[in-house]
Amino acid sequence: MWQALYEELRDRRFVVIAVALDKSAEDARPWIEKAAPTYPALVDTQHVVADLYNIVNVPTALWIDERGRIVRPNDVVFGTDTFKHITNLKSARPLAAVRAWARGETAGFAPGEARGLQALPTALDQQARAEFGLAEWLARHGEAGAAEPHFVRAGELAPHDFTIRRGSMPIRGIDPMGPQFREMIQAWAAGGRPYYRPLPDTRG
Amino acid sequence: MFTVIEAGRECAVDARVEGGRVLLSAEPLREALGFELHEGTLCNDTMCVPLPAGSRLGEGGVFDLGEVAATLDRPLAVDTAAGAAFLGVSAGERAQALGSLLAPDFTLPDLAGRPHTLSSYRGSKVFMVAWASW
Repeated sequence: MWQALYEELRDRRFVVIAVALDKSAEDARPWIEKAAPTYPALVDTQHVVADLYNIVNVPTALWIDERGRIVRPNDVVFGTDTFKHITNLKSARPLAAVRAWARGETAGFAPGEARGLQALPTALDQQARAEFGLAEWLARHGEAGAAEPHFVRAGELAPHDFTIRRGSMPIRGIDPMGPQFREMIQAWAAGGRPYYRPLPDTRG
Repeated sequence: MFTVIEAGRECAVDARVEGGRVLLSAEPLREALGFELHEGTLCNDTMCVPLPAGSRLGEGGVFDLGEVAATLDRPLAVDTAAGAAFLGVSAGERAQALGSLLAPDFTLPDLAGRPHTLSSYRGSKVFMVAWASW
């Protein structure tokens, strides 16, 4: 999905950088190979980017200008309408917005506005990320039993962080599309909380 | 041996566990985290943090890893049984970086293992999208 956008806009000094928050390159590989990207498709097994950018779910997109400034902070942007019936988020408007920005027709947000739209991490968020970091390290070193309580603790500290609560499932041998995930989502939604939190102009 | 992990590095050092606390002496602390205590201040190559009034960190040459983390205002996750601890980055530091609107830099591999650094794309507009197979 992003490959078409990238090809359309690459002579505009525009690049897509995709970051897979997957447990291994092998989990991300089939999707990346299918997309056959010529833009950087990176693998972030330790959730470095999630920590740096306070990313709490996927897909999350942001715009960074030529000087390395964030001009549109974390937003929910789907490349297609495949999940529209679940998410109620259409892809056309955000994609049109990226195009307009890449072509220089629009500028992204001014600093004050961009800051106003950022969700900044709390101490609990960062404690959760430390627990996840420890759990991921333990799991990677063959200590699944030791890792498990730290994955659980991370999810308790940051219940809105689905890069932790759902992202940890493949590492723990839990189906991220299965009953445990569905239960988690139902409990979350029952509290009146949205699973996706797009920016106001994406939500419409 | 106890493994102290931060993003991008890990170090196995001499430490003992006592009552749930991870205790290490000055040299392993320096080895693991780059910090040394000098006259009431905890310093590494780039920063110094004064100890709060009444702090007994490092008394008798013994450092409690949890107290070190608290002094640095950084989150710590510990598993004494597994002999490992992860020292994260504070919310304050992350919030300050994000609030500056300068996109935090990172280096990550592609499927071929080639590293890519965000800042090397300066001069282009970057549309960065985090996704996952889950």
